[in-house]
Parts: sequence; C-alpha cells; structure tokens
Amino acid sequence: MSRMRFSRRSLLKTGGAALAASALPAPMIWAQEIKDVTLRQFGTGVSNLNEVAQKVKEDLGFTLEMTALDSDSVTQRAATQPDSFDIADIEYWICKKVWPTGNLQAMDTSKIKNYDKIVGIFKDGKLTPESVIAQGTAPHSVGFVEGPDSKSFAKEQTQWMTLIPTIYNADTLGIRPDLIKRPIESWAELLNPEFKGKASLLDISSIGIMDMAMVCESMGEIKYGDKGNMTREEIDKTIAIFTEAKKAGQFRAFWKSFDESVNLMASGEVVIQSMWSPAITAVKTRGIPCVYQPLKEGYRSWGGGIGLSKSLNGIALDAAYEYINWYLSGWVGGFLMRQGYYSAVPETSKEHMSPNEWGYWFEGKPAAEDIANPFGDVMAKAGETRDGGSFYERMGAVACWNAVMDENQYMVRKWNEFIAA
Amino acid sequence: MKKSDTLRGWALASPLALVLLAFLLLPIAMIMVVSFWQATEFAIVPAFSLENYQFLFSSPVTYKVFWATLRYALITWALTLLIGFTVAYYLAFHIRSNTAQTALFLVCTIPFLTSNIIRMISWIPFLGRNGIANQTLIGMGVIEEPLEWLLYSDFSVILAFVHLYTLFMIVPIFNTMMRIDRALIEAARDNGASGWQILANVIIPLSKPGIMIGTIFVLTLVMGDFITVRFMSGSQSANVGRLISNDIALLQYPSASATSVVLLVTVLLIIGALMRFVNIRKEL
Repeated sequence: MSRMRFSRRSLLKTGGAALAASALPAPMIWAQEIKDVTLRQFGTGVSNLNEVAQKVKEDLGFTLEMTALDSDSVTQRAATQPDSFDIADIEYWICKKVWPTGNLQAMDTSKIKNYDKIVGIFKDGKLTPESVIAQGTAPHSVGFVEGPDSKSFAKEQTQWMTLIPTIYNADTLGIRPDLIKRPIESWAELLNPEFKGKASLLDISSIGIMDMAMVCESMGEIKYGDKGNMTREEIDKTIAIFTEAKKAGQFRAFWKSFDESVNLMASGEVVIQSMWSPAITAVKTRGIPCVYQPLKEGYRSWGGGIGLSKSLNGIALDAAYEYINWYLSGWVGGFLMRQGYYSAVPETSKEHMSPNEWGYWFEGKPAAEDIANPFGDVMAKAGETRDGGSFYERMGAVACWNAVMDENQYMVRKWNEFIAA
Repeated sequence: MKKSDTLRGWALASPLALVLLAFLLLPIAMIMVVSFWQATEFAIVPAFSLENYQFLFSSPVTYKVFWATLRYALITWALTLLIGFTVAYYLAFHIRSNTAQTALFLVCTIPFLTSNIIRMISWIPFLGRNGIANQTLIGMGVIEEPLEWLLYSDFSVILAFVHLYTLFMIVPIFNTMMRIDRALIEAARDNGASGWQILANVIIPLSKPGIMIGTIFVLTLVMGDFITVRFMSGSQSANVGRLISNDIALLQYPSASATSVVLLVTVLLIIGALMRFVNIRKEL
C-alpha cells in the first residue's frame, strides 16, 4: 500500500476500509494509510505557498498539492469543477458566491482544536467587544451554516463552519512618498487632479467598486447604506464619478495582476493607487520608497479561509481536518505574519515568531533590529514601525470588507461601461 | 474503378473533415447553443432565451466597443498593408539574388521566434514615462516633459498591433509578387509606362490575392485580440475580446457566447464582403 498512487475510486475504497478499520481498535493501520493521502488544494497566490506544502509533508506525512490562480479563476473553479480539488483556499466573498452551489461541505467546529482561540472577527464579527461590524461581506456573516447540508448562511455562530479562516489583512492605497512629497490622509486623494495621469485602480470589479466607494464617500459625494451591498442608484452614481475622472485623464492605467501593480508603482508611472500589501513590499525591496498609507476613513479589508470539497470523505477528510488543525497551530500563522498578513489564531503564531517580529508586525512597535520575511528579504530596517501600526489599530479601523453584492450582475455591466468609456 | 476512386476521395478527405468537425464545427455549435442559455451568479441554466442578445443589442456599450474594435482593425490594417506591401515589394523586385532574398525574408521572421506576449510587453518599459523613448527625446532636447501618450493609449495599442502583425501581411504579398511574370513588367516598361503606372496597373492588381489573404489574417487577429489591448492600453480601453474575457471571468458564459457569436458573424460578414472583391481561389 505504501507507494501506490490513488485514483479517486481506490481512494474511496481504501478510505471506506480505513474508516471501518478505525472504528475497530486498530489505529496502527490508520496511521500508515494517512501517509498515502494526497490533498489537492487550490486558491489565490497569497497563501498557496510551496513552503506550506513542504512543511505539511514533514509534520503530517501526507502530500498537499498546491495550485495558485487569480481570484476570478478560483471562483470559477470552485463553482464549476468540484471534483478538481479537495481543499479550496478562497476569500469570504467568493464563499458567498460559491457556497450555494453545494460544492463545499461544512466543517464541524468540535473537531477544530483551536476554535476558541480564533479571532472574534470570524466568529461574531467583533474584533473587541466594543467593535462596530464593518460593511460588506464580513467573514462571520458567511462563516457559518445551520447544519452540515445547509445551503444558506446562519445568522450567528453554529457548529458548522463554511471556511476555516487562515489569512486576512487590511488594504489601503499605496503611494510613492518621494514623488508626492506631502502627507496623504484621505481616500479622496485618488481623484485629486494633482495626480492627473498618475493614479491607478485595480480592474477587478468586485474589489475595485469598493475602492471607488471609499473614495466617493470620503469626497462627500455619496453616502452609502452599505458599501458592500449597493443599490443600483448608488452604483450608477459611483461609476459616473469615476467615468468622469477617467475621461479627464486621471488614470494612467488599471491593473489586474499583482505584478502589474508593482511595475506601475516602481516605474513611477503611477504615484497613488489601490494596492495589496505584498506589492508594497515588492516595490520596497527594489529600493524604491513606497508607503501603505493608512487613511482616516479606514481600511478595505479581506479575509480568506479554507473550505472542503463536498466529495472529500473517509481518510482524506480526516487528513483534511488534521491539516486544518495544523494550519491553526501556529507555524503557518507565523510564516504568514512575517510577510505582513494576519493569522486567524495570533496567539499560536506568536510562538513561531521572535519577540522583535511579533512586536513589529502585531504590536506596531518599532523594530529593534532589521525585520526579514521568511525568504530572507529585509522588510524593515531597525527603528521603523509598520504602516498603520498594531493589529488592533489596523483591523480595528476596517470600514468595509470585500464583498459580492445582490446587484452584482448590474454592477459588472456598469463596470464594463466604465472600462469602455 | 470509378467507384474505388470515389471511395478513395472520401477516405482522403475524411481525416480533415473529421478534425474540422470535432475541433471547429462542434465547438462553434456549442457556443451557439450556450449563447441562448441563462446564467446566474454561479450556475449556467440551459434554456432558450433571447435575453443575452437583447441585452447585447440594447446596450450602448456593445456598439461603442464593436466600433472601437473595428477602428483598431482598420487602422492596423492600413498601416500593416502600407509597411507590408513596401517590404514585400522591396524584397521581390529590388533584391536580385535568390540567396539574399531568402536571407532577408528570414530576417523578417526573426522577431517571431519569441512569444508575441514578450514582444508586446517589451514595449512597456520602452514607452513609459521614464522609459527609453522619453529619456532619449528629453536628452536630445526635442521635448521638455515626457510624452504621456506614448504608453497606455490608443497609440501604444496600435503600435503593438502593427509590430505583431505586419509579417502576416508581408508573407502572402511577397508570395504573390514572386509569382508575377517579370515579362509583364518589361512589356509595360517597353510600352512606356512609368514606375508608378507599372505599380498601379500591373503589380497591385496582380498582388491582390496576397493583399486579401494578408487582410484576412490581420483583421481576424486584431478583431479577436484581447491581451494586446489589455496590456498596451493599461486596461483603459475595451474591445470585444475583453468584453468576452470579462464575462468568462465572471462565469457569465452565456453572455460571453452571445458576444462571441456576434463577433464571429461580424468577422464573417467582413470577410464575405472582401471575397466579393477578389476571388482568392481563382487567382491563387
């Protein structure tokens, strides 16, 4: 059995056999079998890292195959090819779209060891008991279902979780301080004519519309009921403001992939744009100053988690639960936090970070010595503090979560008009 | 004897026919069928609905984007024709030695040994605000401020198209030019025709099939493109290909199919019209 390749069918068969075996008092066979499991995970590039797969092999013994795709392709695959994956590493707004297809199965929280330590954002939506829940698809609102086979989301915590949160962060605008030469404090600056021809926005409609909304609201042009779930009228107004700016030549380009955003910023084509945290780092490691500018209106936040394919069962399902428990046990958390993301269970990650790293990334303290990411690149020099400060300052200032709207189809059509304008 | 000839004819034609059936006709039929289906956020529902077409034909975006696509195609066509014809003419009539001709023809194809995406993207650092073109012009004192329209503009899109597709004009035109009987040109000259008259009355009419084939290549390539427009316009311009790719990205396969069908019909109509001017098969 040891070196055999599994077809899905044989996996099911041995899975069944193993299940039968584990019901009987013969755990030895089980431990052998799990080494032969291969789990296929796919997701966005941020957390699909080969280092994680290697560590899984070392710590747990089974094989994890990773495929990294962009968020559109991830949604597409989760919705249309349920048999092509075992584990889906997706964002919460994708979950809202994909869950009703029935391609994922709910997870039993009683099997999750560190469940109690998961940050409140993913359970009741509150970071601290006093927190106000931000607009948009807040993770807790699509984090639970009523029962194992339920297709609609539960209003509060239940025993059945849709995604196990793994990674999240707060996004804002990236700027080139050396080219702007003055403080930037508000989202409205994106449309400031001072940056005509030097601004950019991301061309992923579901996220781009949120950045637009942050800008329009901060300009005082529109007051939204819920930026994450706009009415048609709100969408029209938002797009109209940006179409006007586009026609006036405000934007240099729009970007769709991570690399494009890095190149736009590093080459000086653009001095202010929507950006993701690792892209800022990539610009900085080229020796070019770039700041992830905290803004007074707050952050647009996103979160991802891992979901299990409906067809996962038997020993492979047990392996998946082991993987999840391992994921939350700290090593991955530390690995991700040292790149500037947050872990769902920060206290276990702390054990895998040096006090200096923990102070810089989580507590917002000045770095005592140079801060390097897990790949050895220097992310910050001694004495620097993280843009935006501590975990509670950053995640406490979330204004809106990435979302998918009820009027999504209408919004997408309007977005196409905007691009064609 | 007769019967076996017929049989053999069928047998010889069938591999190609089967390949075309499986990989061309069936997929197109599938696209046609799906274009009448309906889609929700996450699922495709088989149905017979004209909704996709209704939306397509009622949206001003469609007309705008089709016009933009056509405009790119026309401008690119005019430029590639001008450059392609000139290059082919030079190769065919001014280079006397066969070896030199072959060598120069191969030189034309060298850029095509790399991926066309690489060739396209390499324009970006060249044309950028702080790119080589702007730095050189500023260094020469021609301009004071960097030219913004060099990159992420219609200019850069068309530049990339012309760069990518001129060869598709050169090859067929060169090919037909090589088959023009040189005696015809001599006869024209003996009868007192000027260089321009020979070009207008002998060479251009006889090169028509090549021009037409090149035209079909360039038009279909530009009309069906999405990646060049996306990169070179910095996602700021749209063409039909990008509409389709956006729809696919958002799982709106039926609407993407409907747009594809309309695009296909448009391109076929254009080619049909072109074919009326020149009967390619007769003149090949």
